[in-house]
Amino acid sequence: MDFLTPTVQKAMLTATWETVEMVLISGVVTVVVGLLLGILLHVTGKGGLAPVRWLNAILSGIIVNITRSIPFAILMVALIPLAVIIVGTSLGPVAASVSLTIGTVPFFARLVETALRDVSSGKVDAALVMGSTKMQVIRKVLVPEAMPGIVSAITTTVVTLIGYSAMAGLVGGGGLGRMAYTYGYTRYNPGIMILTIIIIVIMVQIVQVIGDLIARKVDHR
Amino acid sequence: MITVSDLRKVYRQGSNDVVALGGVSLEVPTGKIHGIVGHSGAGKSTLVRCLTLLDQPTSGTVAVNGKELTNVSADELRDARRRIGMVFQHANLFDSRTTEQNVGYPLELTGTPKKQIAAKVAELLELVGLTKFAKAYPSQLSGGQRQRVGIARALATDPDVLLCDEPTSALDPKTTDEILDLVKKLRDRLNITVLIITHEMHVVKQACDSVSLLEGGFIVEHGDIASVITNAQGRLAHTLLPLPGDAPRSAGAGTILDLLYTGDQATEPVISAVSRTFNIDVNVLAGSVEQLGDQQYAHLRIQLPLDADVETITNYLLSNGIAVTVKGTK
Repeated sequence: MDFLTPTVQKAMLTATWETVEMVLISGVVTVVVGLLLGILLHVTGKGGLAPVRWLNAILSGIIVNITRSIPFAILMVALIPLAVIIVGTSLGPVAASVSLTIGTVPFFARLVETALRDVSSGKVDAALVMGSTKMQVIRKVLVPEAMPGIVSAITTTVVTLIGYSAMAGLVGGGGLGRMAYTYGYTRYNPGIMILTIIIIVIMVQIVQVIGDLIARKVDHR
Repeated sequence: MITVSDLRKVYRQGSNDVVALGGVSLEVPTGKIHGIVGHSGAGKSTLVRCLTLLDQPTSGTVAVNGKELTNVSADELRDARRRIGMVFQHANLFDSRTTEQNVGYPLELTGTPKKQIAAKVAELLELVGLTKFAKAYPSQLSGGQRQRVGIARALATDPDVLLCDEPTSALDPKTTDEILDLVKKLRDRLNITVLIITHEMHVVKQACDSVSLLEGGFIVEHGDIASVITNAQGRLAHTLLPLPGDAPRSAGAGTILDLLYTGDQATEPVISAVSRTFNIDVNVLAGSVEQLGDQQYAHLRIQLPLDADVETITNYLLSNGIAVTVKGTK
């Protein structure tokens, strides 16, 4: 473990924190925005609660599908100017969170849409027949009934974000991706390379275990 | 009371119009249980969806206690829907909610105070015998218990009409009878109007005061149980009181008659009366005798000897209030 000089140790800690920061910021924004977008996708879709064909076509066809079909590595670079506009800089974890969020929102929204689609139409019918408004159906029936699926979707999304954040590190985001590249690859230090990998694996494991725990807690099916 | 008049539903399928309901009219008086029977594809599901306005009927009206559900605004429709409690085939409970939260759902919608909800829910759970399971989730309940929760939930808004869509089709025979007994008990207790849509004749026999036969989007036969069961020309008589499986059409030579009769005649020795009056031997080929409600019904297939005077015997039976169909001579 002689590669772990005090300087490297400090850099490693900073890098880990930067990764956590990126994942946290983009994770929270993705869940909020993606949940709303996922609900809109489902509700305006064919056979949905309030079908709006043109809106669904725009949301699904243009925004979600196009964003999802652009490889993240390209999307990230392409969105650097946007980060400059929003946060004033293209460097650092906060700037990286902009492209991370835009890259994962459509992905998460699709997962939410799928989870909502799994709620049987009979439950929605029952809610309507009992005199629910459409808003009440969404808030009191659709989302709570889809909660186990939504929690799994959040877990999957956060795990994906951890992976993407490493990529974002390469173009100025910092974090463990940057660490692995500069120390591990450029200076050819396999110890640091392996250590960053181990840290990332542990992060993913923690997220997965917590996610599964919550999913089991909210699943009464 | 629920009144349905000339309800039509036409779906557009490509360039064709598919008539799912061809003009259904019916009226169920307060406190009565009415069954609507039909095979799959007869239009039962469409009828249910139109009655609750989940689908907009093409034309026709649905009214509960004189208040129309059709042609009203979305707000009024939501209020009107609360006059109808609905029970589903698979209960359609919310899995994320406990029994009491499920039953309280309709009350939550209108912002009823928590205390009031709790009191009403406790009362309803008592009524359906599920007080012990108030905190249980639907996945922890049996099919019959889930259906009881569904019934309690349907009653939460004190509706005038209970609409049951295949309420027992997913249940075993014993649970079916328990649920039907519960529905009858609720009718007696709350004087509620009940409409049961089903494909099971057993449900009609067990619970209904009157019945309609739905076929190809039309009601082709309807009436009290007693009147449809003794109508030899009708189809319901033969499905409600069928002859056992492979009833023999004949045993040797003779004239075969089908007899349908009810009440007093069923307890009287009709066959031996015929035998004695006309001095002939009567052969019973098949038969079923059942007690439905407080009335007894019989459906018999008999064979008369070749030399018997079929016309006189038929008239004798008819004059005794027995529906007779001559099935032919062999």
